[in-house]
Amino acid sequence: MRREGSALHGFGVVTLKEIADRFTSILVVVLIVLVVATAIAVVRGGIDQIKEITAEDPYLFLRLFTRSSPLPLVALLSFLVPLIAIGLGFDAVNGEHNRRTLSRILAQPIYRDALLFGKFAAGLFTLAVCLIVLWLLVIGLGLLGLGVPPNAEEMARALVLLAVTIVYAGFWFALALLCSVLFRSAATAALVALGLWLFVTILWPLFSPALADAVTTAGDILGVLDTRQAFARLSPSVLFNEIVAVVLDPSVRSTQQSMLAALGLALIERGAVPDAPIPLLQSVLIVWPQIVGLVAGTILLFVIAYIVFQRQEVRA
Amino acid sequence: MNGNVIEVKNLTKRYNGVAAVNGISFSVARGEIFGLLGPNGAGKTTTILMLLGLSDISDGQARVLDHDPAREPLAVKRQVGYLPDQVGFYDNLTAAENLRYTARLMGLERGEREQRIISSLGHVGLADVADNRVATFSRGMRQRLGLAEILMKEAQIAILDEPTSGLDPQATADLLNIIRDLKNRGVSVLLSSHLLERVQSVCDRVALFSQGNIALIGTVAELGRQVLGGGFRVEVEAEGQGLAERIAAIPGVQRVERGGANRLLLSADHDVRPEAAVAVVSAGGRLLRLSVDEPSLEAIYTRYFQTHEGELHAA
Repeated sequence: MRREGSALHGFGVVTLKEIADRFTSILVVVLIVLVVATAIAVVRGGIDQIKEITAEDPYLFLRLFTRSSPLPLVALLSFLVPLIAIGLGFDAVNGEHNRRTLSRILAQPIYRDALLFGKFAAGLFTLAVCLIVLWLLVIGLGLLGLGVPPNAEEMARALVLLAVTIVYAGFWFALALLCSVLFRSAATAALVALGLWLFVTILWPLFSPALADAVTTAGDILGVLDTRQAFARLSPSVLFNEIVAVVLDPSVRSTQQSMLAALGLALIERGAVPDAPIPLLQSVLIVWPQIVGLVAGTILLFVIAYIVFQRQEVRA
Repeated sequence: MNGNVIEVKNLTKRYNGVAAVNGISFSVARGEIFGLLGPNGAGKTTTILMLLGLSDISDGQARVLDHDPAREPLAVKRQVGYLPDQVGFYDNLTAAENLRYTARLMGLERGEREQRIISSLGHVGLADVADNRVATFSRGMRQRLGLAEILMKEAQIAILDEPTSGLDPQATADLLNIIRDLKNRGVSVLLSSHLLERVQSVCDRVALFSQGNIALIGTVAELGRQVLGGGFRVEVEAEGQGLAERIAAIPGVQRVERGGANRLLLSADHDVRPEAAVAVVSAGGRLLRLSVDEPSLEAIYTRYFQTHEGELHAA
């Protein structure tokens, strides 16, 4: 059975309305404060440390993202981005139900597709704007503070970080959107999304090694570590952290490097020579599976939300 | 198309095997106000959602303006206005902004849009508050804003779900006036309600719903005859001699009762007020009062379900 008309008729209207809603609500004030405070805190904490320890580091600028006290920007991002994304998305669909606007809007000549796609696009746009502003602020303040301009390689790597962070934000927004479709109460949706976030970012890295050890049959330590890593990678935060660790540090040539280093194992075993920088393309290739994984996760969550929403009854 | 804007045949909706709407059939003629009446949970809203293509049809068929709502929902929704039960608007937007959003979803051009928004808000008496946020609106104002949306759409059919529930008498009267006005503009109206006496005054024809079935269908007078049996109750208050005998002789009068010193209560098979007046005056009496109790939907409904309760539960 073929549907008449375009599934995306009304998509632009919904997107613009949702964006306007975001940018006229109190939420945007909170976001601006959060973004500006983050940028200032990160850069202030970073500059002192960078000046002290790495005067002749060729990738000085990138250290701004990874080495600032007390929390580096990337750690902050992996923490903050899911929170903001869940905050933007947890009442996307059930909010329409509860305001009793859903049936009125769906009685207009549009398909449900347009509503859901529009909400997703608007959320992603808002998140992207926040992240771009944060990124520009950090780079601008970093320029002022360090007095050294970044080179092309550093800018390219920073741009990849931005893109990956937006994808990461998209993942959490898709999860929040799914919760808002599944649960009629906005509070339940928010709690479930936050619970999942806590689970995959904090609890999963803690007990996934034990789980991995229970199922692994590998005899040597590297085999065990591989299994542990495979398990840990089920968490999107782990994927995100692996990606930024490789992309922001040209000397990292394997996603296992930091883990092995933590265990005191030499990389020579695996044939890698530490500290020889590799080009950006190589770095991206190393974490390409992780990037694809994040994108696939986002699409999967959105598709589930889409299917459930299409089959859902409109009536309250 | 044979003049009917909505045609429903054997329409059925099942949730997990349980029929919420069980093979109903009815049609709505162009320019008619048709009422779906019945208690909550009788299947009225489910029927409406199926007509709008917002809910899947389990069985049977529906044609709205000669379109199949399941296959061509956009064609249906382009020409049908819908006022949901307890309609909601975006509280953070003004009345005009809310309408602007739906107008853009309808695909209206900018100039056309603004002009229609102003005229439709004026029509329902909300022009003064067009730039107030909907958060400040009363229930009645929200319902009227919902009707403004239908006017703006220039819909051929208006489907109103419980338009008067929860409104005070004045707001109800205002709303019913707007609904009558829709009819005068040539819009066909399908409305659902559980408040029988309020909608009786506006509906041309009604369908009484019960547990997913249509129990009765027709004009209020037809249903009255069918259920209450004959049922025109004419009350005559007059002074004079031998009036009771003269009035009892009028063709169509079945029974005359004395209801007091000068009061006579007649049961008749049609409205016998003109004949009764002639009878009183020609007998030299003084006619003080003459009134007819039209069959009330409430009475029809109660009587019907009293007599059919057993059957319905068996079925």
